[in-house]
Amino acid sequence: MLLNMIAANSSGLLSAPWWKVLYDFSSLTKSIDEGLYKALGHFWTVVTEMMIIGVLILLFYAVIGLFLVYAERKVCAFMQNRLGPNRLGPFGIFQTIADLIKLLFVEMIPIKNADGFLFNLAPFIVIIAGFMALAAIPFANGLHAIDMNIGVLYVIAVSSMGVIGVLLAGWSSNNKYSLIGAIRSGAQIISYELSVGLALITIVIMAGSMQLSVIVEAQRDGWFIFKGHIPAFIAFVIFLIASTAETNRGPFDLAEAESELTAGYHTEYSGIKFAFFFLAEYMNMFIVASIAATVFLGGWMPFHVGPWDGFNHVMDFIPPFVWYIGKTFFVIFIMMWFKWTFPRLRIDQLLTLEWKYLLPINLVNVLIMAFIVLMGWHF
Amino acid sequence: MEEQVKNITADEQQEYVINMGPQHPSTHGVLRLVVSLKGETVKSVQPHIGYIHRGIEKMCESITYPQIIHLTDRMDYLSAHINNEAVCLTVEKALQVEIPDRIKVIRTLMSELTRIQSHQLWWASFGMDLGGLTCFFYGLRDREKILDIFEETCGGRMLVSYNCPGGVMYDLHPNFQQKVKDFIKYFRKILPEYDQLLTGNVIFHERSKGIGKLSLEDAISYGVTGPSGRASGFSCDVRKHEPYSAYDKVQFKEILFTEGDTYFRYVARIQEMWESMNIIEQLIDNIPEGPYAVKMKPVIKLPEGEYYQRVETARGELGVYIISDGNKNPYRVKFRSPNFVNLSVLNHISKGFKIADLVAIGGSLDLVIPDIDR
Amino acid sequence: MRSIINYLKEIFFGVKSLLVGMKVTGSYFFRPSTIVTQKYPNNRKDLVMFDRFKGEVIMPHNEKNEHKCTGCGICEINCPNGSIEIISKTITTEDGKKKKAIDKHIYHLGMCTFCALCVKTCPSNALAFGQKFEHAVFNRALLTKTLNKPGSQLMKGVE
Repeated sequence: MLLNMIAANSSGLLSAPWWKVLYDFSSLTKSIDEGLYKALGHFWTVVTEMMIIGVLILLFYAVIGLFLVYAERKVCAFMQNRLGPNRLGPFGIFQTIADLIKLLFVEMIPIKNADGFLFNLAPFIVIIAGFMALAAIPFANGLHAIDMNIGVLYVIAVSSMGVIGVLLAGWSSNNKYSLIGAIRSGAQIISYELSVGLALITIVIMAGSMQLSVIVEAQRDGWFIFKGHIPAFIAFVIFLIASTAETNRGPFDLAEAESELTAGYHTEYSGIKFAFFFLAEYMNMFIVASIAATVFLGGWMPFHVGPWDGFNHVMDFIPPFVWYIGKTFFVIFIMMWFKWTFPRLRIDQLLTLEWKYLLPINLVNVLIMAFIVLMGWHF
Repeated sequence: MEEQVKNITADEQQEYVINMGPQHPSTHGVLRLVVSLKGETVKSVQPHIGYIHRGIEKMCESITYPQIIHLTDRMDYLSAHINNEAVCLTVEKALQVEIPDRIKVIRTLMSELTRIQSHQLWWASFGMDLGGLTCFFYGLRDREKILDIFEETCGGRMLVSYNCPGGVMYDLHPNFQQKVKDFIKYFRKILPEYDQLLTGNVIFHERSKGIGKLSLEDAISYGVTGPSGRASGFSCDVRKHEPYSAYDKVQFKEILFTEGDTYFRYVARIQEMWESMNIIEQLIDNIPEGPYAVKMKPVIKLPEGEYYQRVETARGELGVYIISDGNKNPYRVKFRSPNFVNLSVLNHISKGFKIADLVAIGGSLDLVIPDIDR
Repeated sequence: MRSIINYLKEIFFGVKSLLVGMKVTGSYFFRPSTIVTQKYPNNRKDLVMFDRFKGEVIMPHNEKNEHKCTGCGICEINCPNGSIEIISKTITTEDGKKKKAIDKHIYHLGMCTFCALCVKTCPSNALAFGQKFEHAVFNRALLTKTLNKPGSQLMKGVE
């Protein structure tokens, strides 16, 4: 009955060919919004919409998580001259589902002297931080859950919450090696957040606003990485390095390295809670890659070159959602490439890299970008 | 011994003891390291060995000389062929048997191929210890080609048992020459890739330069041989000082550096791979014709006395010492194993470095634990 | 000023070395033809071992179910760890002489170290290496094999 009312009241949906929705989701979302409003009234509309968005993001989280685990194993295998998962399903696509089912069966061993409440809370905090960041990212034209005017600041602030989860996990495990691993990991994350923030500020200077949809719109005639030439490119490289360090991936993963002494802050977790940490790492990678894609590579904007209208028109054929996913996966591929090529850094070398190399370059880069914007020397 | 144990369990402030137990991904075998740390800095490392002691030297006292060969395979299994050659050379020296040239050249070729495949496995596991997991697969992929060559001629891949006193067990397979030439051509193109992937990498330089310095005096006084000793400047290559088999007929350089840290131990092994390829190229086209085994008595009895022979395995100098009292079983066989001596220097060179460097130092010394315990 | 130039040089050469390393792995990623994995249980039909491969010790029999083993016991003496046991019996030949012949040639596959001494020292070349390599069994008794087939005899003319 509800659906009939929505359908009767939504005028925008039925008046255009269905595939136009792919290019501009706002028609679909506006019609659902109007329908709910007329059917339910203001309060319940908001509640229902929040529930719908929550469920959609959960599903998105799960699907992308499964897909990324499979993608990492395949990418890693191809770089190492071997096949990767190839037995379950064609090309092994059901491998992750089998792993998930196995993890569900594993016994969750309760630790004797561990702080029970914090021990169980820690994995959830890491995942909640990821969810909250996903809410602010524009997936396609009109598919934007919360469009705040301080979008960039919100994303940086919310992804810092993940540190709490890591530190809680290490502390509540009642294991001195986990604690060492967690503190090292925490130090690493909060150091590299500085570089991430400064690299994003470089682009905010260029775009003139922190609102993510405005940033994407401003890239309609060319992505920022091309418009801002040198400082934007340096900011992109610094952002890539700092974000692989922030998500504990790649050459910066000594907190979970098997050939070092400890397995890091998630040593004592088993079963589904371990799966949460594992999943949270891949989702953090996805979030950071999508921020890079939005801010540097144009979000859902197709590849436009300023005055070439014919070319722009051809590029517009591909739906924005496909552009967004393609750019995000390109950045994810680069991050996976980093991980499987380089040896690991030691903890002191890691911190040296941040405080002695990345931070000064970042500050100088911000100055250069401000100068270029004031002089108008960008495209 | 008692004082040392007391020193390890010292409960000074901030000093604690951890156990990198016998089962550990990066100790390359069953080696137990009791590490005493202060904060993150290593104060002392005490290795506990014996987890894979099989009594090889004692077993040798109850079997005949041709039967010792299959046991020496399993000591330092990555230089299996060179170990076999050592025992055969000792027996042939004692009996004063003249070995034809063809056998010498075959033995030298197989030894150099063994050296290359041992260094390939070392490179694979060293890269993996430091975190670059792709190095493992590249090293092993190329090692497969050498193992295929071994399998075609000797029948076994790693534990070959190909030598016997008086020569070799079978003649070379007809495909041997062509396959070795193809491999050399292939590997000459691939080895620069190893350099691009790991040697020139700035992260690798940070992790290995200046770590674990071994000075020349220490190398000589501890007796560290092989590439680890030569990286410190100790000129100890048995192939140059006391040539055996066909080594006096080939030209090759002895790789010496003076700095003696992890990075140069690494580079010494990579350069050794290039030199081994040069040696193989010089010999592969001129394999002389002749018998592949000399007729020996069915029961070999060495005259009474003591006999010693040194060879250069991939890790250092292996010495075989046989005391015979005239019977068909030796009275005592003793192996001077290079890994045992190289391990003894681990404590000295890791003092003052971090725990993550201990893994790098252990990897650069290239230890194979069954050779320590025999 | 020198230190700034050194700093920038360090960064430049560092980044360059990293990119060179990435080129190597990237080149293998984009060339799936270099994959060396063999899909093992599915390719059993065309998996061929080399001729000299030391799989297990077998006693070749010809079409008339005859082998060359005389029961002399030299292989048992030469085996370093006792993986071969020879059980012989006395038979009377057509001339009426009593001769030693092989009853059972027991081979312990679980103890064999594949040193090839038995194959090499057999005076009548009765033993050879087979190429079967899949020996895993659930019952250890299956690893003790009798090499001469039941009802087989010594080939004529073998000493």
